[in-house]
Amino acid sequence: MSAEENSIVTPRVAVNDLNQSFGELEVLRGLSLHANKGEFVTILGPSGSGKSTFFSVLTGATTPTSGDILVDGSPLSASGDHLAFMPQKDALFPWRRVLDNLTLGLEVQGVKRAQARERVRPLVPVFGLEGFEDAYPFELSGGMRQRAALLRTVVQERDVLLLDEPFGALDALTRTQMQAWLEKMWEEFRWTVLLITHDVREAVFLSDRIYVFSQRPATVVAEIDVPLPRPRTIDMVADPVFSGIEATLLKILLEGS
Amino acid sequence: MTRTTATDKVAGILGPVVVIAMILIVWQWYATQSGLGADVLPSPSRVWEQGWAARADLWANAIPTLRATLIGFALSLLVGFLLSVLLDTSNIVRRSVMPVLVVTQTLPLIVIAPLMILWFGFELLPKVLLVAFVTFFPITVSLVEGYASADRDAETLLRSMGAGSARIFRSLRFPSAMPYFFAGLRIAITYAVVAAIFAEYAGASEGLGIYMQLAKNSFRTDLVLAAVAVSALLTLILFGFTYVVERLTIPWLRLYRRAQVSP
Ligand SMILES: Nc1ncnc2c1ncn2[C@@H]1O[C@H](COP(=O)(O)OP(=O)(O)O)[C@@H](O)[C@H]1O
Ligand SMILES: [Mg+2]
Repeated sequence: MSAEENSIVTPRVAVNDLNQSFGELEVLRGLSLHANKGEFVTILGPSGSGKSTFFSVLTGATTPTSGDILVDGSPLSASGDHLAFMPQKDALFPWRRVLDNLTLGLEVQGVKRAQARERVRPLVPVFGLEGFEDAYPFELSGGMRQRAALLRTVVQERDVLLLDEPFGALDALTRTQMQAWLEKMWEEFRWTVLLITHDVREAVFLSDRIYVFSQRPATVVAEIDVPLPRPRTIDMVADPVFSGIEATLLKILLEGS
Repeated sequence: MTRTTATDKVAGILGPVVVIAMILIVWQWYATQSGLGADVLPSPSRVWEQGWAARADLWANAIPTLRATLIGFALSLLVGFLLSVLLDTSNIVRRSVMPVLVVTQTLPLIVIAPLMILWFGFELLPKVLLVAFVTFFPITVSLVEGYASADRDAETLLRSMGAGSARIFRSLRFPSAMPYFFAGLRIAITYAVVAAIFAEYAGASEGLGIYMQLAKNSFRTDLVLAAVAVSALLTLILFGFTYVVERLTIPWLRLYRRAQVSP
């Protein structure tokens, strides 16, 4: 991609030497990584390594012990509202109907409810939620809930999407469908994405670049490019390049534990 | 699923009716067999007859009791809510204030009620205050626990959207507390009528409490029990009303619970 040829380009998000401890517990150690504009970057790591903690620092919910986070070259604290977050559990509010869940971010930003709805509505069919606007979230299937949670994230029109194990709770078949669907959506919208997963295949299938985290305290132990062409299709899973990267990642993860 | 809910519903109505009918039958039988006078143990049929004959009086006295109950309970809701917000501000505040609230609940009503009358007279105010005093605690506790039940992920989500504490309270913590609140509300409402009657008993010019006292002093045990039945009926109606309010204000909860049972 052009961003790699031209490394002078300021990354959309850059994290430099980030450290995070909770009292005695050291969770993040000297973390450095970046994502360029329109790039799909995945963070792959074992459970409990500190991936979600990393996102909670990025969203500003947790103040880091030390380190810099730059968005388009300026410190995160100054820019504030550049990142849109999708939590590990979908965190859809059961007392809000689907459409009202989707407008939550806009409402918090101060957009009037009617206006927020106008902005969300055209995206509802794109995300396969047509006809379910007035349903409650607990009436949706697992896949639909994740699509709703993703739409709630996307509609905020922030520069970067932070997706924390979006398909972790789904059954294998639905998960594969959702991965293919997300890839297609990404082709269309070209968001800058930081995705967390512990699923190696998901990481390879979706990403331009993958960072592998160690066990806690998390550091970056490997950075791997995925030179597979876009759009990605399911049959690429059998591609030697695909399985080669998959094997490399597995090896790194297993050695680290 | 649907079949069992239908049977459950019938059992839910039929069960209490059968139990109450059995108690009344045994009571009726014992009251007539034992030879105890009507001033000691009147039979249910006598309570009903005499209560019906005195219905105008009972009604006239139920109204002030209901008024004190409702106004007191409204005050209790307001105070209970404000306290819950105060307790939610920080752990330090909660740890310092909560023990004080617990202590208020250990004070014997027998002492509190006459003091209220002494300080605030025989009118509405002491009764309202006593009802609020007796009922605010379950409301506050249920709200505070409800706030704490708010999903951590959802809070992180709201913060990432740029929400401040007030917004998080309004959009997340308060709605999360609603199922807890209604549980607390039902506990509180069962104490409310009794508290009003207690206050009247300690000193009043009208109301079921004073009616009971006068009936007792003239050995009309049947009328005491008739007044008790009226107060129980008031409590039952208010209790049932909480379900109506719950269904109107948080219609999602019933559907949510149903979805949890049969996914
Ligand atoms: N606020 C916190 N206080 C104390 N420990 C925390 C906090 N947040 C996370 N942790 C700890 O940090 C570690 C990493 O957690 P997490 O980031 O959720 O891992 P992952 O998402 O990679 O599975 C865990 O051991 C967790 O208990
Ligand atoms: Mg996690």
